[in-house]
Amino acid sequence: MSLSGVEFVGQQAVAAEAAEDGTRIEGRSQWQLTWRRLLQDKVAVAALIVIVVMVALAIGAPLFVAITHHPANTAYPNTGETVAGNPVPPGTAGFWLGTDGTGRDLFIRILYGARISLFVGFVTTAIGAGAGVAVGLIAGYFGGIIDAVLARFTDAVLAFPYVVLALALAIVLGPSLPVIIAVIAFFSWAAIARVVRGQTLAIKEKEYIEAARSLGAGPFRIMFIDILPNLLAPVLVLATLYIPTAVVFEATLSYLGLGIQPPTASWGNILADAENFYQVAWWYIVFPAAALLITTLAFNLLGDGIRDAMDPRTERVLAGVRRRKNRKKTALIDNVPGVTAGEN
Amino acid sequence: MAIVGFLIRRILTGIVVVWLVASGAFLLFFARPVATVARQLAGRAATPQVINEVIRNLGLNQPIAVQYWHFIDNLLHGNLGFSYYTGESVDTMVRQDLPPTASLLVGALILWLVVGLGVGIISATRARSAFDRVSNVGVLIGLSMPTFVIGELLILYIFLPLQEHGFHWINTGYAGPSQGLSPWVGHMLLPWITLAAVQAAVYTRLSRGQLLDTLGEDFIRTARAKGLSERRVLFRHAVRAALTPVVSQLGVDIGQLLGGAVVVETVFGLGGLGQVSVQAIETDNLPVIIGFVVFAAVFVVLANIVVDMVYALLDPRVRIS
Repeated sequence: MSLSGVEFVGQQAVAAEAAEDGTRIEGRSQWQLTWRRLLQDKVAVAALIVIVVMVALAIGAPLFVAITHHPANTAYPNTGETVAGNPVPPGTAGFWLGTDGTGRDLFIRILYGARISLFVGFVTTAIGAGAGVAVGLIAGYFGGIIDAVLARFTDAVLAFPYVVLALALAIVLGPSLPVIIAVIAFFSWAAIARVVRGQTLAIKEKEYIEAARSLGAGPFRIMFIDILPNLLAPVLVLATLYIPTAVVFEATLSYLGLGIQPPTASWGNILADAENFYQVAWWYIVFPAAALLITTLAFNLLGDGIRDAMDPRTERVLAGVRRRKNRKKTALIDNVPGVTAGEN
Repeated sequence: MAIVGFLIRRILTGIVVVWLVASGAFLLFFARPVATVARQLAGRAATPQVINEVIRNLGLNQPIAVQYWHFIDNLLHGNLGFSYYTGESVDTMVRQDLPPTASLLVGALILWLVVGLGVGIISATRARSAFDRVSNVGVLIGLSMPTFVIGELLILYIFLPLQEHGFHWINTGYAGPSQGLSPWVGHMLLPWITLAAVQAAVYTRLSRGQLLDTLGEDFIRTARAKGLSERRVLFRHAVRAALTPVVSQLGVDIGQLLGGAVVVETVFGLGGLGQVSVQAIETDNLPVIIGFVVFAAVFVVLANIVVDMVYALLDPRVRIS
């Protein structure tokens, strides 16, 4: 692949420049390099900023309640509803994004929905990443019948429709926040376990693992001290890409009435209620949908960005950005004799 | 004859899987006290005698082993039990509600694969073109968008404006193929698009990546060097090799289609198994949910058998055995 060559030569060129200036050349760790590459990726930086703003808005939701004087679950039948009892449009009577079906402040409710969505997204991904790493390591390291059973189970979980399980659990336990966290977490570990298992299979054959074993390290020491650090990069990428999936799960379950129950606001149940007002209140659907889409899109872009930053050979999803960057690098490298950086 | 042995073995393991899922679903019956169910059925003012009678009528007072035996026995006879409320048999309900779900699944599956693979192949052969870039952005949006939001936005910005301008071919609700092809497509088009969208995005990305990798392989260069037409190189050599990992992924994802169907049926009011099951939550109607869970297990098992057979057809190295 010519791209990795470009990256390598590019860094050499930068290093050479630095050395000419008389500055000392410092070694950089893998994580420092990744972070620097990520910061050069405008799309990923924008995504990161969007996520930080979203988290800040979610945490600061009570602040906006103080500013607007509209608590999330308080209805305003006089100012927040039209004579016909419909939601009022954005900008009316101090409702920045209008009101919902019962005359509550839509903006405030979207903010409180963000708290639920992000909380569920982070918590379930953390549980899933932990469980997925453990299952993948154990299956990959021990192999044999343990691997066969765990791999079969992983495949079964991946193939089973999560909505159906959520339906079954919701009817038995009643729909609630812990139930949806349990359901989403139950489905979140499998994809990570699969990748970790594959990587573990490859790494455990390396010489340094043999060295560790001959020094007397036990299986768990080898798994968690020697193998695990090498898996953190793919796990981080998968986890970042799983967060939007978890956010979508939560919204979908709440939309179906299997998740967060009204009057607690969640993007899913806001959008479910909005269906009663298709004809009269576009904002009731468009704003929560936009909040949802912006959040999931930002996490997806950030995940792609982290993956690209960790492995410069992978191809960027937004090809245009990379192409422009390549041109710059090509210009830089053209001055180095003996190197041709071809655009493929 | 290898295929007969393969089918027999896969069907046997499939039966084991369905049995496990059904047993798990059966245990759900006992995850909460029977008195709760009976009291709900008997009404608010019921005396303890009435509640006991309800428990007896439903057979809820028998030992678990006996109830389990009845459950499995009924299942083997194709009897999924009876709705707690209407007394209607669940398999009649499944039969009634299956057509919208089946229509939805078949159409969406076709659309998913045609769009996903088609756009993926075109993108890969024209990598970095304007088409490729637009499709990449589309894929990203598709990946980020929940199914029900796509459905709601289609209703808001396609269906309602069309209705306003007196264009009634596109419609919500369900019309079966027996009512004519045109009304069927008209009613199902938006649901199909909605259900297929997310998966089509995933498969566009997957098939594009696979095909790009394959096109860089030596055997493609050999095929070109032999003087084969680009078309033949692409479809006979590259696409076939690139599609095998995509097809093996299909077995995993096809179950999610059913989950998506629950959502789409609810958004568009199609009726169907999914919507009926969601409504069963509100009425606390457990037998209906168990019927749906068993149906889902059968669907996933059958779909996986079909996918494995297609996989063997595509990849000559894989022998059905």
